[in-house]
Amino acid sequence: MAANPMYQFNVYRIGPEIKIGEIDLSFTNASLFMVISSLAILIIFNLGAQKKNIIPDKIQLLSELSYTFVSKMISDTAGTKAKPYFSFIFSLFMFVLFCNMFGMIPYSFTVTSHIIVTFVLAAFIFIGVTIIGFIKHGFGYLKLFVPSGVPAVLLPLIVVIEIISYLSRPISLSVRLFANMMAGHTMMKVFGGFVVSLGIVGGWLPLSFSVALTGLEILVAFLQAYVFAILTCIYLNDALNLHH
Amino acid sequence: MKKIILLNIFYFSFCTVTVKSAEKGGMPQLDPEFWVSQIFWLTITFGTLFLVLSKFILPRISKNLEQRRLQILENIETAEKQREQSEKNLKEFDEIILKSKNKAKEVMLAAREKVVSEITKKKMKLDEDLLSEIQNVEKEIIELKLSSPKKINSIASNITNEVIKRLIGTDVNESSVSALVEQELKKLSRSTNGI
Repeated sequence: MAANPMYQFNVYRIGPEIKIGEIDLSFTNASLFMVISSLAILIIFNLGAQKKNIIPDKIQLLSELSYTFVSKMISDTAGTKAKPYFSFIFSLFMFVLFCNMFGMIPYSFTVTSHIIVTFVLAAFIFIGVTIIGFIKHGFGYLKLFVPSGVPAVLLPLIVVIEIISYLSRPISLSVRLFANMMAGHTMMKVFGGFVVSLGIVGGWLPLSFSVALTGLEILVAFLQAYVFAILTCIYLNDALNLHH
Repeated sequence: MKKIILLNIFYFSFCTVTVKSAEKGGMPQLDPEFWVSQIFWLTITFGTLFLVLSKFILPRISKNLEQRRLQILENIETAEKQREQSEKNLKEFDEIILKSKNKAKEVMLAAREKVVSEITKKKMKLDEDLLSEIQNVEKEIIELKLSSPKKINSIASNITNEVIKRLIGTDVNESSVSALVEQELKKLSRSTNGI
C-alpha cells in the first residue's frame, strides 16, 4: 500500500452505505476532511468573533487579520462593488486554505486534490459570475468578448478566442488547484518512498528533500488558496465592472 | 499550464516505475464511484460554512472592527480636545505671567521715581541751606574785610600813640598820629602790592 504514491488519494467509505435510489451518498474520508476543515474554520473564527477587546488577543487578531486580508484583496481586485460577495469569497478562501493545510498532515486526506471537488467549486463560481454579469449588464455583458480597439479584420478571431478563454475559466481554475495539490503530495510520497527504499545509508538525501518539500508544499497550499480566491475576485470584477 | 504539464510528466514517469505493483492503477481522482458523494458532501459542508460565516461570524467580526475604529477615532478626538484645552491653559498662564511681570515693573518704576524725587527734594533743600549759609558767611567776611582796615588803623594809631608817649613822654595830637599811620600803612600796602 505504501509503495503506491497515488494510494493517498483513494476515497473510501466511512460508516454505512447511504444510498438514495441509485445514487451513492456515503460518508467518505473526503467528506470527513471537508467536515473537519469547515468545523475548524467555524470554531476558530467563532472564538475570534466572540471576543470584543479593543486590543485583540491572539485568536481575535487571527480572525480580524484574515478578515481585513480578504477584504483588502477583494477591494483591490474587484473594487467596492464586490462587497456583497465578501462572505462567499471569504468562505471560499478559508475552505480551500484549510483543506490544503489539513492535507499537509501525514496520513490525512487532501480534499482539494480531487478534480471533482475543485471543478464543482470552479463551475459554481463560473456560473455564478456569468449570472451576475448578465443581471448587471443584460446582454451588454457579451461585450466582454469584443475588446475595444481591435481591427475589424481580426475581430471574428478575437471573439472566438475570448469565448474559448472565458469558457475554459472553470477548467483552468479547477485544474490549477487540483494539479498543484496532487503533484505536490505525490512528489512528497515518492521521496518518502525513496527514504525507505534507500535505507539508513542513502536515505538522508531524499529525507532532506522531503523536509524542504514540506516547506514548499505549505507555501503552495497557501498560495493556491490565495490564487483561487483572487482569480474568483478577478472574474467577479469582469462581471461587475465591465470595461474592456 | 506549463508547470502543470511538467508536473504531470514528472508524476507519470514515477507512476510507470512504482505503480506496476498496485492492484488498481491510474488516478483515484478519475474514478467516478464517489463523485456524487463528494459533490453532495461538498455542497453540505461548504454551504453550511458559508451560511454560518456570513450570517453569524463575519458580521460580528466586522462589527468588532468598526467598533474599534470608532473607539480609536473617539480617542483621537478627545486627545485633540485635551491638547487644545492644554494649549489654551498654557496661553492663559503665559498671559498671567506677562501681566504680573508688567505689574512688577510698574511697581518698581513707581517706587524708584518716588525715591528719586524724595532724594532730589532733600538735595535741593540741602543745597538751599548750604547756599544761604555760604552767603551769610560771605557777608560776614565782607563786613569783616570792610571793617578790618579801620580797626587796624585805630589800633595802629593807638599803639603808635602809646609808643610815642612811652618814648617821649608827652601826648601827641591824635589826629596827626593817625594821619601819619595811615600814610605809612598806605605805603606798606603799596610796597606789598608792588611785590
